[in-house]
Amino acid sequence: MAHSASIAARPGRGAYRALVQRKKLVLLALSAVLILSVIADLALGPARYSMREVVLALAGSPEISHQVSVVIWDIRMPVALMAVVVGAALSAAGAQMQTILNNPLASPFTLGISAAASFGASIALVFGVGLLPFAIEYVVSINALLMAMGAALFIHLMSQRRGVTVETIVLLGITLVFTFNALLALVQFLASEQALAAVVFWTMGSLTRATWPKLAITTLVVVVALPLFFRRAWGLTALRLGEDKAASFGVNVRWLRLETMLIVSVLAAVPVAFVGTIGFVGLVGPHIARMMIGEDQRFFLPASALSGAAMLSLTSVISKSLIPGSIIPIGIITALVGVPFLFSLIMTNRRRAW
Amino acid sequence: MVATLQLNDVGVRYGKLDVLSGITTPVLKGGEVTAVIGPNAAGKSSLFRRIAGLLGGPGDIAVGGLSGGFSSGICYMPQDTSVNTVLTVYESVLLARKQGADLRVGDEDLEAVDAILASLNIERIAFKSLCELSGGQRQLVSLAQTLVREPEILLLDEPTSALDLHRQVEVLALIRSLSQQRQICVVLAIHDLNQVLRVADRVMVIDAGTMVKCGPAEAVITPDLLRNVYRVDGRIERCSRLCAQVIIDGPVEPHD
Repeated sequence: MAHSASIAARPGRGAYRALVQRKKLVLLALSAVLILSVIADLALGPARYSMREVVLALAGSPEISHQVSVVIWDIRMPVALMAVVVGAALSAAGAQMQTILNNPLASPFTLGISAAASFGASIALVFGVGLLPFAIEYVVSINALLMAMGAALFIHLMSQRRGVTVETIVLLGITLVFTFNALLALVQFLASEQALAAVVFWTMGSLTRATWPKLAITTLVVVVALPLFFRRAWGLTALRLGEDKAASFGVNVRWLRLETMLIVSVLAAVPVAFVGTIGFVGLVGPHIARMMIGEDQRFFLPASALSGAAMLSLTSVISKSLIPGSIIPIGIITALVGVPFLFSLIMTNRRRAW
Repeated sequence: MVATLQLNDVGVRYGKLDVLSGITTPVLKGGEVTAVIGPNAAGKSSLFRRIAGLLGGPGDIAVGGLSGGFSSGICYMPQDTSVNTVLTVYESVLLARKQGADLRVGDEDLEAVDAILASLNIERIAFKSLCELSGGQRQLVSLAQTLVREPEILLLDEPTSALDLHRQVEVLALIRSLSQQRQICVVLAIHDLNQVLRVADRVMVIDAGTMVKCGPAEAVITPDLLRNVYRVDGRIERCSRLCAQVIIDGPVEPHD
């Protein structure tokens, strides 16, 4: 890295302070991209507004008509913010899965957690069966949540067994994806035409299902989970130096992994439960953050959340722009945009870690 | 108070397999260097992991005289130093120092990191990424991560196996002098018997999961040990600096 070379000549302490300043600037830049993207997301739709109109509406300016204000605040705002919160949640969950499983391919999508959630939701959509006997109005979301948590804990328990390697965990995740996809196909086969349409739309993932209560719950999960990770920043970073090394530093590796996996399962499952399957954000977001800012969790965690949020928000903008007058389900766009983006990152950074 | 370590009938078991058993030592004290030697797969790394608390097993490990807790007083440097982490050397050493502490990084932390990098002569690579380092550089960085925690009992599993000869001599001299200056109880696994004779006060020989011998270096490293444990013929001679050295004649002939 040119940056490393330029600071290598200076004494250690000063160079470290400069490195930290640079990381803070990267976080600021990511925040700026996110804000601009949210404004663009609010401006786009069947009726297009200028960025100025959006900013004035957000500021509550009397220059803006009541109708525009209602469209921006009541219709577009929950969707735009849901993109931010869901992106942040999935990316932070992916970052911590990659950290604790020491695996670059770990993400809620690739390890079968999203597929498990889809299967849980499909049972509710097709058969009306809830895994919990209460909260019937949230039966789809609760089913998705419970199945996702079960899959995450299964992965965690398997990863603790002796002789289980990074490759084994990936293979295990792939078997979960296939298993739950097969079960989902079976449910679809048995479903009525109307229920089938609901399941298919749900598995595509769409932010248009966002409502203020769903947004509030997802935000609450993110706001509670991220500080819990942040509190363990030194320990989580140490895990990436190897299990023995982390343990020799006094980190309770077994407990830290379990605690992190439990939080990750909620963080990954809640967004999937509310907006359906959205792939690749949880995989690509952390990789973008890692390449920009390194793996010191004090910076890596917020950078992962911000890059995931910005990525999903930008994807939301693209999903509204491709076909005028219609919003393509965002799950389709994240895969279409995410895969080539990740591919180009890997090819340009293949000499770096992972 | 000086840190002490004593093993009493310590073993390690994987499932039903005893990989190590009956390891009993005298009291190992701060200021002393104990070398653990033995053939490959003798159980040396399992012993280190057992002492560090990473493995369970029978027996008693008595630790005394630590000024802090067990986890801050005992530091273990594993044999495997390979990493694929996007962290600079400086960040990784700072990270080792800050474990269990708050997230704020103060001048005293950075001073400690600067000092340890300087003592190992690796300031030049301070802002290189860990995944860009050579095997020897990784070993030095791993040692820096261990030393920056200011251990009272230091467990080093083959800390010089990837280093060139000059670096080996330099690093072992540093470990020896730190042990004496800070009264650190050092236990290190090492294969080079000449380095053992230069640096160790006491030698513990492990073979096939049991302790064969434990005592002063020159009393333990003998032609008999070379023949019985390492299956080589050799002798011990004094070099010009009055330090003993091992001269190897060759492997023990099969008919012997």
